[in-house]
Amino acid sequence: MNKKVRRFGQGLLIVCVCCFFLTMIGCAKKENKKKTENSVNTGKNTLTVLNYGEYIDRDVLDTFEKETGIKILYEEATTPEEMYAKYKGGAINYDLICTSDYMIEKLKDEGELKELDIDSMQYYENIDERYLKLSKTFDPDNNYSIPYFWGTIGILYNSKYADKPVDTWEALFNGDYAGEIIMQNSIRDAYMCALKYKGYSLNTTDKDEILAAHELLLKQKKDVEAYFVDEVREEMVAENATVAVCYSGEAYLANEYNEDLQYAVPKEGSNLWIDSWCMTKRCKDEKNACKFLDFLCREDIAMLNFEEIYYPTPNKAVYEKLPKDVQEDTLVFPTDEAIANSEVYKTLDKDTTRLLGDLWKELKVY
Amino acid sequence: MKKRVWLTGPYVFWIVIFTILPVIVLLWYALYDSKQGITFEHLREAVKPVHLKAFWNSILISFECTVICLLLAYPLALCIRALKLGKRSTMIMIVIAPMWMNYVLRIMSWQLILSKNGLLNSLLTILHLPNHDLGNSSAAIVIGMIYDYLPFMLLPVYNSIMSVGDDVIEAARDLGANKLTVFAKILLPLTIPGISSGIVMVFVPALTTFAISDMLGGGKVMLIGNIIEQEFISSMNWKLGAALSLVLMIVVIPGLFISPTKAEEQNTIIN
Repeated sequence: MNKKVRRFGQGLLIVCVCCFFLTMIGCAKKENKKKTENSVNTGKNTLTVLNYGEYIDRDVLDTFEKETGIKILYEEATTPEEMYAKYKGGAINYDLICTSDYMIEKLKDEGELKELDIDSMQYYENIDERYLKLSKTFDPDNNYSIPYFWGTIGILYNSKYADKPVDTWEALFNGDYAGEIIMQNSIRDAYMCALKYKGYSLNTTDKDEILAAHELLLKQKKDVEAYFVDEVREEMVAENATVAVCYSGEAYLANEYNEDLQYAVPKEGSNLWIDSWCMTKRCKDEKNACKFLDFLCREDIAMLNFEEIYYPTPNKAVYEKLPKDVQEDTLVFPTDEAIANSEVYKTLDKDTTRLLGDLWKELKVY
Repeated sequence: MKKRVWLTGPYVFWIVIFTILPVIVLLWYALYDSKQGITFEHLREAVKPVHLKAFWNSILISFECTVICLLLAYPLALCIRALKLGKRSTMIMIVIAPMWMNYVLRIMSWQLILSKNGLLNSLLTILHLPNHDLGNSSAAIVIGMIYDYLPFMLLPVYNSIMSVGDDVIEAARDLGANKLTVFAKILLPLTIPGISSGIVMVFVPALTTFAISDMLGGGKVMLIGNIIEQEFISSMNWKLGAALSLVLMIVVIPGLFISPTKAEEQNTIIN
């Protein structure tokens, strides 16, 4: 679910939202204040939650309200960046946010998160140690976040046109599939492919390594059919391209529509993403917030969510209950070897972000 | 009349909240830095070669789009003028009908038409004609823009063509002007206001779009709108984004001011 972007709407939306908030702050302060007070007043038995779109089974929310009497005010956003803008806008006080690894790190570093009271959580131990370990990249002490779903970025290829399994980034850069390649239209995901192919870390801040990756992408541009985000799945199902850089969740769905589409995590390693829950510093009722997070870890509830979303779950109680063919479906759960070389994104420092942004412009404009 | 001034209230409120204040915020972001106070550093960065190149890409593409829209709309408006009264509104409605759909949807349908295994290529294959390679290119962007913005050209052009009285044209014919002279000396000069507002209404949105270029250009063509989007969304460099928007406004605003005055002048001449 990482960075599922409606890019076109997104820009407009964020700009509009920001303008709106800024003007609201400027000239309707009173009204704003009233709003905040409202949510504080009713805050006792409500939780305001921000999550990605289509990223929960709605019955879960109803069950929670019935069992605890705590009302959930549920809000959605499409990208981590949009969530950040919504949260920082301040018009709504979010208690809990489910967002992606690097955004959690960013929020944490800005002091926007509260430590979770993990000891109070009865079902926390359902979360597999392995994912807690992976989460340490962005949450070193595992005390700010609880993993919700995870996945990978890899290559989705059409086995009808590709003569052998495409399990290496090399396929994107050696010209074998010239004019048949779809890249991700996002800075980090695009550079990640080149960095990993070169054997560098995807979190590198070394200028020479980044420039080497840039060279590679420049050379590759003529072979690229398109840089897409949302359209990747549909374009691949329609067989408009042979290989595409793709999120694992999307790959599973693509395969449902077109059986020739196969997914592999390249052997050089890739990005492993984790979407986790965290509690904001504006959260007024930590007890209830932790209750909700604990509820999400409960086996039956996590199972409902898994069946709805079908992304790999970090919940081992759920995993163990799954039929063998689902457990072994590499489209849903990649094998350990497949992700051995993969890394989780870290927030990059300002200079590196700037450098990548400038290089990306150079790549696309000329 | 004076009593009704309050009726403009909602309009003024709207303009202040959604136009003037955002522009002030934009200026603030573009020109103010907490460290240096008022600074032109972001503006200087906004005119870097890579950004100028993106500007140039945008200007070229929107210029192409505007010219083609004009070439399509003007003859079409002339044809509609020649129709009987009842048919005119039907024709106009047919042109406007696609606008009832969301424009993102319209662009998505062009994606389906132009893509490699899209509708157009299937049709060409059935007819045993060679397949096109228009998908994900600047040409596809221009096609999508023309489709989207044609009504914005047609309506003002049509209105101004309709406002030219038959008697004026008949008088010219009486005095010995042939069809070409009537067009060049009567129709064209009298419809300049419509043409110029049509040009503004097509050129400006075409210049600033980022959705069409991402969807139909396959993300391979970066226009100035895409650069601004990137600065605001992924790079989170709002100051540069605001400065770029400011430069874009500086390019666009003079055009907006020139055309209406010209149009007014033309109107006074007619009257």
